[in-house]
Amino acid sequence: MAILDAKIPEGSLAEKWTHYKNSVKLVNPANKKKLDIIVVGTGAAGSSAASALGELGYNVKVFCYQDSPRRAHAIASQGGINATKNYQNDGDSVYRLFYDMIKGGDFRAREANVYRAAEVSSQVIDHYTALGVPFARDYGGSLTNRSFGGVQVSRTFYAKGQTGQQCMLASYSSLNRQISKGTVTMFSRREMLDLVLVDGKARGIITRNLITGELERHSAHAVVLASGGYGTIYYLSTLAIQSNGSAAWKAHLKGALFANPSFAQIHPTSIPQLNEYQSKLTLMSESLRNDGRIWVPKEKNDKRHPNDIPEEDRDYYLERRYPAYGNLVPRDVGSRAAKERCDAGYGVGPTGLAVYMDFRDAIKKQGDKTIEAKYGNLFQLYDTITGINPYKEPMQIYPSAHYTMGGLWVDYNLMTTIPGLYAIGEANFADHGANRLGAASLMQCSGDGYFILPFTISDYMADQIKTPRIPVNLKEFDEAEENVRKRLEKLISINGTQTSTFFHKKLGKIMWDYCGMVRNEEGLKKAAELVKELKHEFWTDLKVPGNLNELNQEIEKAGRVSDFFDLAGLLISDALNRKESCGAHFREESQTPDGEAQRNDDEYLYVAAWEFKGEERPHQLHKEKLKFEEVEVQVRSYK
Amino acid sequence: MSNIFNSSIGKKLIVALAGFFLILFLLVHMGINLTLILAESSKPFNVAAHFMGTNIIIKVFEVILFAVFLLHIIYVLILQIQNWIARPKRYKIPNFSQISFFSKFMIWLGGIILIFLVIHLTDFYFKSKFGHIEEITYDNIRYYTDLSSLVIQKFQIPGIVIFYIACFLILGFHLWHGFQSAFQTLGLNHKVYTPVIKKLGMVYTIVVVSGFTIIPLIIYFTQ
Amino acid sequence: MKVRLKIWRQENAKAKGAFVTYDFEEVSTEMSFLEMLDALNQKLIKKGDSPIAFDSDCREGICGSCGLYINGRPNGPEKGISTCQLSMRAFKDGDTIYVEPWRAKPFPVIKDLIVDRSAFDKILHACGFISVNTGSAPDGNSILVPKEYSDLAFDSSVCIGCGACVAACKNASAMLFVSAKVSHLALLPQGRPEARERVKNMVMEMDRLGFGNCTNTGACEAECPKEINLTNIARLNREYFTAKIL
Repeated sequence: MAILDAKIPEGSLAEKWTHYKNSVKLVNPANKKKLDIIVVGTGAAGSSAASALGELGYNVKVFCYQDSPRRAHAIASQGGINATKNYQNDGDSVYRLFYDMIKGGDFRAREANVYRAAEVSSQVIDHYTALGVPFARDYGGSLTNRSFGGVQVSRTFYAKGQTGQQCMLASYSSLNRQISKGTVTMFSRREMLDLVLVDGKARGIITRNLITGELERHSAHAVVLASGGYGTIYYLSTLAIQSNGSAAWKAHLKGALFANPSFAQIHPTSIPQLNEYQSKLTLMSESLRNDGRIWVPKEKNDKRHPNDIPEEDRDYYLERRYPAYGNLVPRDVGSRAAKERCDAGYGVGPTGLAVYMDFRDAIKKQGDKTIEAKYGNLFQLYDTITGINPYKEPMQIYPSAHYTMGGLWVDYNLMTTIPGLYAIGEANFADHGANRLGAASLMQCSGDGYFILPFTISDYMADQIKTPRIPVNLKEFDEAEENVRKRLEKLISINGTQTSTFFHKKLGKIMWDYCGMVRNEEGLKKAAELVKELKHEFWTDLKVPGNLNELNQEIEKAGRVSDFFDLAGLLISDALNRKESCGAHFREESQTPDGEAQRNDDEYLYVAAWEFKGEERPHQLHKEKLKFEEVEVQVRSYK
Repeated sequence: MSNIFNSSIGKKLIVALAGFFLILFLLVHMGINLTLILAESSKPFNVAAHFMGTNIIIKVFEVILFAVFLLHIIYVLILQIQNWIARPKRYKIPNFSQISFFSKFMIWLGGIILIFLVIHLTDFYFKSKFGHIEEITYDNIRYYTDLSSLVIQKFQIPGIVIFYIACFLILGFHLWHGFQSAFQTLGLNHKVYTPVIKKLGMVYTIVVVSGFTIIPLIIYFTQ
Repeated sequence: MKVRLKIWRQENAKAKGAFVTYDFEEVSTEMSFLEMLDALNQKLIKKGDSPIAFDSDCREGICGSCGLYINGRPNGPEKGISTCQLSMRAFKDGDTIYVEPWRAKPFPVIKDLIVDRSAFDKILHACGFISVNTGSAPDGNSILVPKEYSDLAFDSSVCIGCGACVAACKNASAMLFVSAKVSHLALLPQGRPEARERVKNMVMEMDRLGFGNCTNTGACEAECPKEINLTNIARLNREYFTAKIL
């Protein structure tokens, strides 16, 4: 299928990126000034891309819905960022990180992209260190590492439990530098509501000024989406409550293929839901599993206080089931194991939907001080939310929706199927296959932004130097703006009885129940029906107060939820289509006798990329066959 | 150096440095005053007063002292006005979670101290400079002023004693924050030394306030 | 439980604004403060009233979007948390709760409880960064940083830019915010080359934007959700004097 040409360079895996960089078309500095690039989103990917492109001399415009670019949700990443420095002398290498990611992703990611992500990871650490990220250090002053789920080396750089914050603020600072130099113009409190195509190429976006409600047109020679993931489709997730999939979805409606939408990671260690009012779930970093041992009581309904349950009555189920990796199994495996225990009736806490993560042994061995230095802020966070002191008794944790491996389909250039439209960071699908490893997201986002996109985009920009600045009075902009206006007017004029939050919660429940950690055909079909019904209800009974020409948070929510209904439909279709278990996607019909995921490489060794064919018409599936030249596709085992 | 004193931090530097000077001045002032009650006769006090009133170096310092007072006051006023402007709309419920309690009232405490200063100067300083005060002779040297008697006279009146002691207390509140705050403004904050400085500030304040307070009390009750 | 909320409502930047009283009965101690406002908003929308506008995003105390001035304190009665981490456990049945936006001239109200904090971004545009181009960084371990300084830099770098320090300060001063960034970068060898320019430019920008002056009151430290302390302000002063005088 011509439409899905991944454009992977020739040569051996280790040489592809070098070859590519040596042969990519360049733009001369004088011409870069005349070329405009729009970046949507200011997280680890967006901020770093915008600043790197600004440094190169392009004229960059950046958009975020928050009041400041610093607040993008990369800020909440806790545990760390991987790099193949091998500072620990424990045998790490680019190949090993690449292999861990390919295996962690259950052989559903593209080799060349993953290898490149691993290759640039060292540069990312160097750059962040130079930008002033206070990564953890040894007494000798050198950088130190910790290990993370799914791997057997220590390659994760960290700044206590706030690595994401530190990397985010560093990207933000490099962005600020470019803003002060005038190469980047910042537009905050703006939401992208449509993509504008001119002659089939991405040439601009329509945004809504969230303060005045005004619709604005912005044009450019290329558009970069760094708009993050869509985990909030589950309503409760570890994401920011305003995180959404709308920018990617709008691009999808304009022709960008959406890949593997059903690959949504459920993170094993978040604070369990406590009540129905809850607006989000808070993550407890995976790094805690380095020292925290996960267990449930051996007896069902054991109501004893966890400290009173003796060693012999505890079931350290991860250590039991996966002796090689123990508590450090990848996220999908850890999540399902927790769900399995809870479903079987061994869960703890008031709802029975929780397991213990216990630091008793680590504290005994290493002392309060060491544990505090490693996880102080996480323990405090847990204490603040639950009122339980984790130094004294085990944490209660449960899986929650977290990261979406799926996203816009991109080729090796990170370009979507729309010429001139790029997707980077979590917004694309490329590097994590069916499951993302811990500390690989900051790595990929920053790598995409700082070290990959600036090269690959020049290949496209080199052909744009003859195209003058795109005017915003073209009919394509008129049409796009008109469509946006119509949709907003439609939403506000329904004037029903229920709020968008009401619908979002209901949608999230359906998705969590039928399309969460475990899926089956019957459930998915039911979910499809339920989503369709709920969508109809949404469009007939929604109530949005206020006006369009003012700061109106309800119209913002309504717009995002309306897109989630459509995305949910696609997510379910994708989950139905993939009749195998791989990574985060676990189909009950496809499991081994001992309950482990059963892949079907003969039929599903492909990326499912979906094409929008119009309202009310089914999406068309395109398959990008995955070729594994360097690694042997094997059963992913952590036993 | 350019425009350092136009910046907020530069202005604060002036206030702090002036504050330090005034802190030292208070010690000297208190030392001399204490001779009133510690010495057998009024001689040491009057001799010192004479010295302070006539010595040329002291006269220079007198001018500097006035200038420093003025700088302290003027810069504080500028900063304070900027601070008021920085919050045009005030909170319905004000915040009271400060660490240094009296810092919230420095401007008002300072204002009261300024009023006190004017009264105090009219009571003694201007009188000795421009008014007429009895003369006194020790060891055949004629001193032009018998400031000691004037002070003792004043502190026979209960109202004045109470007024002075109240003002000393207010001065104490001002110093309680001011002493350690001046160090912070100069950038001198250290995990070991700052607690020591804070203690020192408290000791200083207690010494100065009690030193000044004890004088009118003893005079009132003994003379 | 039941609370009486007195919430600042202001239609837009130009409107006058006033407190509006809401008696809200369906409050659970398990709610967070913002979830309580969410629930109130749901009720208001259904009644046909306009919901209360307030900023919030990550809801785990790290993005710095939220920030409400509750009963005379930024982020409410508990120490070391952002507004989104405040639980209704902190209140009693029948309490009256005043909710105000941050108040400072450089933080004008946009709507209800939302203020414009872009002044913070502007301060950081004035050299709140290390000038290093992508690709030109040396190996991460080529510059060793004493752990002590690295840890101190971390403590300063955790600022979430929420503005609680300005809101708490009786002078609406931004010194804690500025000092945290200046300290973070001044403590690291990577940040030293342009430390002098940085502190001069950031202080100048802070003054220009109309923030008040620090009087070492310490309300900022007391209210900072990340408990950034006053030693940073002393370091800022020190850095500033050495940059200006020496």
